[in-house]
Amino acid sequence: MAWYILRRFLQLVPVFLGATLLVYFLVFSLPGDPIVALFGDKPVNEAVAAQLRAQYNLDQPFWIQYLLYLKSIFTFDLGLDFTGREIATVLGEVFPVTARLAVMALIFEAVFGIVFGLIAGLRKGKLFDATVLVASLIVIGIPIFVLGFLLQFFIGVQLGWAKPTVSSAATVQDLILPAMVLGLGSFAYVLRLTRTSVIENMSADYVRTATAKGLSRGRVVRVHILRNSLIPVVTFLGADLGSLMGGAIVTEGIFNVPGVGNRLYRAVTSGEGPTVVSIVTVLVLIYCVSNLLVDLLYAWLDPRIRYDS
Amino acid sequence: MRFSRTSKALGMMAIAALALTGCGGGGATSGSTNAAGNSSKVILADGSEPQRPLMPADTNEVGGGKVIELMFAGLVSYDPSGKPVNELAESIEGKDAQHYTIKLKKDQKFTNGEAITAKTFVDSWNFGAAAKNAQLSGAFFESIKGYDEASAEGSKVETMSGLKVVDDLTFTVELKQPESDWPLRLGYSAFVPVPSGALKDPKGFGEKPVGNGPYKMADGGWQHNVQIQLVPNPEYNGPRKAKNAGVTFKIFQNDDAAYQDLLSNNLDVLQTIPTSALKNFKSDLGDRTIDKPYAGNQTIALPEYLPEWSGEAGKLRRQAISMAMNREEITKVIFNGARKPAKDFTAPVLDGYSDSIKGSENLNFDAAKAKDLWAKADAIQKWDANKTFTIAYNADKGGHKAWVEAVVNQLKNNLGIKVEGKPYATFKEARNDATAKTLTGSIRAGWQADYPSLYNFLGPIYKTGAGSNDAQYANPEFDKAISDGLKASSVSEGNAAMNKAQEILLQDLPAIPLWYQVSQGGWSDQVTNVDYAWNGVPLYYNITGK
Repeated sequence: MAWYILRRFLQLVPVFLGATLLVYFLVFSLPGDPIVALFGDKPVNEAVAAQLRAQYNLDQPFWIQYLLYLKSIFTFDLGLDFTGREIATVLGEVFPVTARLAVMALIFEAVFGIVFGLIAGLRKGKLFDATVLVASLIVIGIPIFVLGFLLQFFIGVQLGWAKPTVSSAATVQDLILPAMVLGLGSFAYVLRLTRTSVIENMSADYVRTATAKGLSRGRVVRVHILRNSLIPVVTFLGADLGSLMGGAIVTEGIFNVPGVGNRLYRAVTSGEGPTVVSIVTVLVLIYCVSNLLVDLLYAWLDPRIRYDS
Repeated sequence: MRFSRTSKALGMMAIAALALTGCGGGGATSGSTNAAGNSSKVILADGSEPQRPLMPADTNEVGGGKVIELMFAGLVSYDPSGKPVNELAESIEGKDAQHYTIKLKKDQKFTNGEAITAKTFVDSWNFGAAAKNAQLSGAFFESIKGYDEASAEGSKVETMSGLKVVDDLTFTVELKQPESDWPLRLGYSAFVPVPSGALKDPKGFGEKPVGNGPYKMADGGWQHNVQIQLVPNPEYNGPRKAKNAGVTFKIFQNDDAAYQDLLSNNLDVLQTIPTSALKNFKSDLGDRTIDKPYAGNQTIALPEYLPEWSGEAGKLRRQAISMAMNREEITKVIFNGARKPAKDFTAPVLDGYSDSIKGSENLNFDAAKAKDLWAKADAIQKWDANKTFTIAYNADKGGHKAWVEAVVNQLKNNLGIKVEGKPYATFKEARNDATAKTLTGSIRAGWQADYPSLYNFLGPIYKTGAGSNDAQYANPEFDKAISDGLKASSVSEGNAAMNKAQEILLQDLPAIPLWYQVSQGGWSDQVTNVDYAWNGVPLYYNITGK
């Protein structure tokens, strides 16, 4: 087991190098000079521009820029963004906010998805099942920004149940609505995945055996049906945490959440390479680690799976 | 209707709940049910994250600019109509429009207690101009003698020879050449004084600026990407005294979110109504809106380095294009009246503006004449029928696509040539081609005044070799007219000369003036006394609670 985990962590090294290189290259090849853009419509003062280019290593060829960036990572000094702040500080500000948002979305989609999916699966073909299926289809069909604007307008502006945008502290209370919007798409998938899985397991031999040996309905559902049905769901949820964090750009834009997505968008449009790469790299690492956790969870959910050798 | 009653009740419950749990947004929305003109209200306004540290000479965009303007006071500030009024200056006297003597008011201080003297100004300006400090607005000092030496790449010179301290409260300025409108510039934020600590540690200062203006930054006031909190500076005694308990700029990434916040009283003032809400903001907000022209315009620049726009034929073509578009119709249909058709190259809020300069008829719609002019140009130099005339714009912000399409269609119909809009993905990409002189067609351009002067709309854009001369326009006659205007002994004489210079531009049309900008903003029912300044920014210090 320990070997397995160590091996997986070693795999992160090439992933890390590849991701930084690729993203750095993409930002590098964005058209337009970020320093020229800083001047806006105003005349570009070449002496100032040259000085700024040198400060941000933008006067170097691509490979040198990239190597300098790698060096900055290993010396734990990511440098400054255009506003003159340590990129590390910026990361420390935005990631907790988005992590809170993503975890809340994850809890929302997991709890509601699994509960509704389980009930729908147990009552296959009944009214509840049909309603939930149609509803989830609609949710999957509507793009997230449409749902976001609709909920913001009706719940935030018309009904006044929540503020249309997040307050300065981005508290859990503020984030309920954005988290629901963010989790809504995946909620429908979790629901459908759970439902299918439950239906499949209900006709499995071990469920029939369990029922035959006189176990209560509740115990059969909980231990034999639900636990086995969760395996594909957990895989999905684990992979989803990464995409929720990275995919929060739209939701964060709608609700003005001061998180990763907002900062990333600004960094991309203003061409702040090191900021973009740093944010994306952390996202990639989160994605990898959450996948690792999912694989480890398998072993707990399904004792047949073992990670030896 | 049924819906709205429930929603009101629920809204009240939500407000009550928020009040009970003390979650009213950090205490920003304090008691606001009093009579009109409540000065204990903190104004919640929209802002954007400053691009650079908050150093006055390093700030050249709106996000940081709004904050700097409220936190600092320079020699003069502009009143709502754009007229300069003295702040720190006791007097600014110029003999020949080239040598100025500036006297300061006594006992002026920064909020940290440091006194503001003549030396403070000279040091601040030298810092802004010196190349080694890489300040984005450094070019604002370019008229001062010695700027070239101090700002040259890699220069070791850190002071401008044109600035001399006479005594504690007096300093003199020598310009490179006479510039009668130079005193008008002194209200721009690059010219404000900064404390000595700022010059030693600009980065640290940029995080927690200390100023001398109507407001100061609250402790830990700049929460990056979230908000910037300003509180009144009790020691400020200038013309812009704060009439509220503070201004908090909430940082928005997109205007749509800000508009939703405004609708639900989560935001007090929204400087610019987003394009998506232009159709219904007046019915949403009732009389809590403003439509006010400000010192900005929109043009299409036609680079003279392209053969089809140069020479006599090019001139005729530029006039033809100008007359082939119906500005009235576009401002009405596309902008719902949020722009006013241009009659010159400047803006109507400025002192000296005239809508009837000789040649302004070239900006009127006249399809027949346009066709005629185009045919005349063809007689000199044939326009290739397969050639497409492009209008480049940036698609990332500003909502330019709609009007570019409209202009494209009008030109197609009225001139019978191929025309296309050419979107650039980002503003920075468009600027790159414009500054590198690699444009292949026309490009949309806009100018927002830095200081209220006709010259600011002409010199920096159309003078030979000027920094923002995207069209690469070069006309010695125009250059001379401009420099004559700068030598004028009075502002009104100068203005007349500037308008004379515009007569040349209206014939040459290096850029085609389209329309003047109009601020369209709105506010919540929690505040009153909202008005906008000449530059389209709300006068935040005047706003009060209801």
